[in-house]
Amino acid sequence: MMQERLLELQEEALQKVAAASELKELNEVRVAYLGKKGPITEVLRGMGKLSAEERPKIGALANDVREAIATKIEEKQKALETAAVNAKLATETIDVTLPGRPVNKGNLHPLTRVVEEIEDLFIGMGYTVAEGPEVESDYYNFEALNLPKSHPARDMQDSFYITDEILMRTHTSPVQARTMEKHKGQGPVKIICPGKVYRRDNDDATHSHQFQQIEGLVIDENISMSDLKGTLDVFAKKVFGQDREIRLRPSFFPFTEPSVEVDISCKICGGKGCSVCKQTGWIEVLGGGIVRTSLKWLASIPRNILDSHLESAWNGLPC
Amino acid sequence: MFVSYKWLQDYVDLSGINATELADKITKSGIEVERVEKKSEGLKGVVIGHVLEREQHPNADKLNKCQVDIGAENPVQIICGAPNVDKGQKVAVATVGAVLPGNFKIKKAKLRGEESHGMICSLQELGFESKLVSKDYATGIFVFPNDVEVGRDALEELGLSDEVLELGLTPNRSDALSMLGVAYEVGAILGREVKWPVVEKEEAAEKATDYISVKVEAKEDNPIYMAKIIKDVKIGPSPLWMQTRLMSAGIRPHNNVVDITNYILLEYGQPLHAFDYDRFGSKEIVIRRAKDAEKIVTLDEAERTLTPDHLVITNGSEPVAIAGVMGGADSEVKNDTTNIILESAYFAGTVVRKASKDHGLRSEASARFEKGVDPARVREAGERAAQLIAQYAGGTVLQGAAEVDGLTMEPAVISITLEKINTLLGTSMTVSVVESIFKRLQFGVELDNETFTISVPTRRGDITIEADLVEEAARLYGYDNIPATLPIGSATPGQLTDYQIKRRKARRTLEGAGLYQAVTYSLTSQEKASQFALEARESIRLAMPMSEERSQLRLSIVPQLLEVVKYNNARQIDSLALYEIGSVFFKRDEQELPEEKEHIAGAITGLWESHLWQGEKKPVDFFVAKGVIEALFDTLGLADQISYRQAEINDMHPGRTAEVLLNGEVIGFIGQVHPTVQKDLDIKETYIFELSLKALAEAEVAPIAYQTIPRYPSTTRDIALVVDQATKAGDIQDIIEEAGGKLLKEVSIFDLYEGDRMEEGKKSIAYSLKYFDPERTLTDEDITKAHDKVLEAVKEKAGAELRG
Repeated sequence: MMQERLLELQEEALQKVAAASELKELNEVRVAYLGKKGPITEVLRGMGKLSAEERPKIGALANDVREAIATKIEEKQKALETAAVNAKLATETIDVTLPGRPVNKGNLHPLTRVVEEIEDLFIGMGYTVAEGPEVESDYYNFEALNLPKSHPARDMQDSFYITDEILMRTHTSPVQARTMEKHKGQGPVKIICPGKVYRRDNDDATHSHQFQQIEGLVIDENISMSDLKGTLDVFAKKVFGQDREIRLRPSFFPFTEPSVEVDISCKICGGKGCSVCKQTGWIEVLGGGIVRTSLKWLASIPRNILDSHLESAWNGLPC
Repeated sequence: MFVSYKWLQDYVDLSGINATELADKITKSGIEVERVEKKSEGLKGVVIGHVLEREQHPNADKLNKCQVDIGAENPVQIICGAPNVDKGQKVAVATVGAVLPGNFKIKKAKLRGEESHGMICSLQELGFESKLVSKDYATGIFVFPNDVEVGRDALEELGLSDEVLELGLTPNRSDALSMLGVAYEVGAILGREVKWPVVEKEEAAEKATDYISVKVEAKEDNPIYMAKIIKDVKIGPSPLWMQTRLMSAGIRPHNNVVDITNYILLEYGQPLHAFDYDRFGSKEIVIRRAKDAEKIVTLDEAERTLTPDHLVITNGSEPVAIAGVMGGADSEVKNDTTNIILESAYFAGTVVRKASKDHGLRSEASARFEKGVDPARVREAGERAAQLIAQYAGGTVLQGAAEVDGLTMEPAVISITLEKINTLLGTSMTVSVVESIFKRLQFGVELDNETFTISVPTRRGDITIEADLVEEAARLYGYDNIPATLPIGSATPGQLTDYQIKRRKARRTLEGAGLYQAVTYSLTSQEKASQFALEARESIRLAMPMSEERSQLRLSIVPQLLEVVKYNNARQIDSLALYEIGSVFFKRDEQELPEEKEHIAGAITGLWESHLWQGEKKPVDFFVAKGVIEALFDTLGLADQISYRQAEINDMHPGRTAEVLLNGEVIGFIGQVHPTVQKDLDIKETYIFELSLKALAEAEVAPIAYQTIPRYPSTTRDIALVVDQATKAGDIQDIIEEAGGKLLKEVSIFDLYEGDRMEEGKKSIAYSLKYFDPERTLTDEDITKAHDKVLEAVKEKAGAELRG
């Protein structure tokens, strides 16, 4: 009797569990069948009437029934919870193809970008970055660089003078002289000097009265023209691309001897000749050479070092 | 310098090398060939014609009907409008089918009813620049000498089949300002001989010194002066070949004597001058500095006032030429001139330069004197010119010359070792390679073991020191042959200075905050130079500005940034955030360099946030801009040292501007551009700042201290304070921070209310105060004690009342 009753209860309960569609309903089932006042407890209460042999059997069966119901309720509860979460998430769906919230971000001026790139390249090779004033004395801008007032090479520079002795610097080279005057002649010198320079040019597509230059100076024992060539080759490949070649041509600057102009193979046509390189395959980007040892500001450098040193004046970044 | 490929062959054998190849070789070894011009490019079908008949065109006053023999079976009829065309002339005829410059094709035509089979050409029509055409033919057709053969290629006769190399000479290579100089260079490059012109003296028994004497008073300025006399010349046109050579070099032909002096100038690089002997005014040449206010009328018929800075040639009493620059009109060689004084001299560069600059007269001659002519060629150039004058203008060269020669010019002698050359260049040239280079240059070479002793000819005045010889060796050895290596020496630390690091940090921070870097001009107008200036100091003006727009050095960056805003606003770009780091310039004493300071400036306008599909838009305001500079100060570790003070600054919004102080010193400002200025500039509401980067970068920064993550809880108490409208939130915050003691860790404002529910003239500010002790959990009592002090302080010092 009791056995049948228990199995009946189990059947009934499992049907209700299966039918439950909400957590609340499920909970009602739990309370109804497994609660202290539920029918299973009631059945167990009548166990006293049973024989000693039957009692444990019914007891075990009652536990199995409770367990079976509890397991199903738990399973059902998980299923209902998952369904509830899914239903909620379904309502939260967004259109992921809509654009994101923009973050304000700025950027460097292209000129600064190039300058920083070059600075970093040379810092990696043991250089420091030297800077100087943009308004210069005639002495540092010209005389210290072997360009006395009557020098014909001054024809090449049309300058913005403020007084007879003060002008907007026409190149970054005065920084070399200023740096060397401070140098105590101890150890090698490796500097690059970036900066703004000014010349009396009418502004057009390829000219500007204000532009950016960068130049370098190395003074050390056993430095040669081949080191200048090698250094510039590294520079050209880093700044203009690994496929670039450089070409040195003899030239003239009043403070270097020998002097060179440096061309880089044209990036546009790869050297075949195009309108950018005026059909030559080469683009002139800078000038350099070996600093004349007679310059006054090299006075602090010991003679043995002076007799073999190098400088290069890069001149390739019009603004 | 223009170099005719054909003319150059008079001095160097160029067989096997065309003009383009030659140009490439010259460029690679040191003189840049800027252009190779083929003069006849795009021209064809122009022949020499003989005008057999000329008559008036029956229907047109200004046209001529000509019958012209062009070497074909029958003469052709050509209608010609040139005023100077005439029977018997040899002329250039563009035949039917010919092509002239500008792809102008000649076709058979009918002009006012008369057939025309071609065109008789002027030199301009054949592509010559007007300034090169002899004045005789300036307005008409060119007439050839009678001995040219009919039917021949006129382009060939005019030297147009030649190619011209345009050399871009650096100032040191004035030796290449002559055909012979270029010949030496080409000879050295190719390893070929240089052939000099042969000067055959044919002189009369009469002596030049019987006709003229020379006295040099200014010996420094004029160490060599030679005057030759040529009698009985006949002025006329120079030979066609000479004229075409002059034109190819950019010089206009005049007459035989003048052309010859110019020809020698081009050939030897030695400027010459011819005076009319009969109009010279005396038999004495005196060279001296001009007297003050002395006057001369030069060849161009301008009266010029001289000073003692100028060197003049005189006839003993009056100037007849400005030495090396221009001759006088009185003694000019004219068509009736018969006797000539030919001057060949060495004038110092400085004195010629001064005169040419003062009088605005730059000529082929002055340019060469300025750069220094070869003293060794002065005499020979004069002799050769005299010989050519005799040959092409008739006349007799008198014996010798009246001369002064006070210049002893020894060739420079420089010694250098092979090792030195190789060390400096990083090469491994052998003795024989280097020796052959110097020999090809025609330098004197003495070799002792591995030491070269080089005698440098006077034509190469640019070579004075060892380094110059190294350069000669390098350029003729070829820079392509120098290896590429990297320096091997003791290592040096490559690094930025603290200042440079901070500048980069500033850039990164501002970019991260959304600002784009601008680079604007340092030169600006007077008005803009000092607008928004942080320090009211005088701006600096250029002595000779190119325009008023760019006449002053800026004292502030902001005006230029506002220009950028304006430019963008005018192009429908309304939202813009910019910064610039650059120098501004403050005037000091006239003799001193200005004080240069690096500033950092910004301009922000338009929308700061715009998220269109969500409908959110946030325009830029004062606090957006302030947030940006706060981030900057924070990055630089200076947040604690910065404060703000309401300020009134010209051209700024009076209620929305603050000075920025670093430890109490004003180092910048921030705020809104004054609405009237915005309106004048036609820009939208714009917030700007300008700070001294120098001050920021040089300020001392406290070391960064590590803080643990708190182990004990903190407690937050919020208060809302009612204060007067004018009371500054920052001041209250200072009071709170001071009163809160060490337990008060953070104060932040979380609400500001100024609405209707407030009493007139009052506002409410809500602060959130966070109390914390790293060592323990604070008790309610601890906090209340501290908090009460805060409340008391704000009440007392700011008149604040707690809002209920």
